[in-house]
Amino acid sequence: MKRNKILLTGFIVVAIASAGILVAADHIDAPAVTNQPTDITDLYVFRGQDPNNLVFVANTQGLLSPGMTAAAKFDANTLIEFNIDVNNDNREDLVIQAIYDAGSNRMKVYGPIAPSEVGTRSKIEGNLTVEAGITPYGSAPVIGTSSNGIRAFAGPRDDPFFFDLTAYQRIIAGQATSFPNPGVDAFKGTNVLSIVIEVPKSLLGTVTSNNVNVWVESKKKI
Amino acid sequence: MKSINSKLFAVLFVGSSLLFASCDKDETPAATVFYQQADQMARPAINTVFVGTADKDAFNTTTPSAMNAAFQTKFQARLLGLNAGYTTNALGQTAAAFTGLLATDVLNVSTTAPTTFFDGTNVLTGRALADDVIDVELILLFGGPNALTGSPTNPGLISDNVGANDKAFLASFPYLASPF
Repeated sequence: MKRNKILLTGFIVVAIASAGILVAADHIDAPAVTNQPTDITDLYVFRGQDPNNLVFVANTQGLLSPGMTAAAKFDANTLIEFNIDVNNDNREDLVIQAIYDAGSNRMKVYGPIAPSEVGTRSKIEGNLTVEAGITPYGSAPVIGTSSNGIRAFAGPRDDPFFFDLTAYQRIIAGQATSFPNPGVDAFKGTNVLSIVIEVPKSLLGTVTSNNVNVWVESKKKI
Repeated sequence: MKSINSKLFAVLFVGSSLLFASCDKDETPAATVFYQQADQMARPAINTVFVGTADKDAFNTTTPSAMNAAFQTKFQARLLGLNAGYTTNALGQTAAAFTGLLATDVLNVSTTAPTTFFDGTNVLTGRALADDVIDVELILLFGGPNALTGSPTNPGLISDNVGANDKAFLASFPYLASPF
């Protein structure tokens, strides 16, 4: 049902029909993950309200209309993993993992911790760091806090991404040569399932040149 | 793949059963659960803009340390396909240098500086919620070397004219706006 509803969402149909090139940050970016709980839409990493902290945001399952949002669920078989490279070799030195526990309806967070193996396969690493109940649609944010200052949130949020996707599609398809002004935000009024984790920078250990390289992965239980 | 996964699971299960056979505990022995990569991303719109249809799933399952070797040449061809007149961009990068940066899809994040994707001075110190990342990428793709000094190469292509989100962000955790 969910997939059918997604496919009926008007502008996706337009996007598919227009060019076959789907551009939307990372929404529906590749065949194997489109409309799956593994589909990551966006990664944000920024300095927190407390400048001693970094905030990691992974958005998944994009393009949820308000009517679809209450029923959207995290998947207990999908691990969302922030990978952090602290010495500039593009290999993860630390991971922060989030996995949904259906029994308790909570998001469980592990790390930051050095993973036992790097690359495309992972297992849950170390002990539980913090957990947060899933914030229901329409409710105030439920925030989990750990004794070492990590905070976690999981639940539906407005998609923070903004882009005139339709105009871009027209340009790529050769139907237009410039963006109209004003543009139209194709993501206006749509929601995502967000995981937000705020971490004291001190927990990242020694960082080369004050720079970390971060990417987010979704990994399916095998 | 399915049969390989099943075999792997069987091996792991046997291994952990042996391990737990010597334990004197009441807990049910559990095999280690592994998770295999499905999607990944760092900088916005990289897969969608630069990766050809046949490579999209492969890009999502290639670790960043292997991306440059696998994809830089293809990214460069794609860049020149989108903008045949590309010379350099506002950062002074040639097509090879620009796609060399992009092909390794990681988000560079400063642990000391304020966060911005690109604010005219600071480059890639992270990605904040309000950053207009699409305009930054359009400027670097289409704007040419003088895009930020008043002489963009393709003035109609360096902004989508959507400069902000449809809802205000929060000053405090969890920062993202409540859903519609």
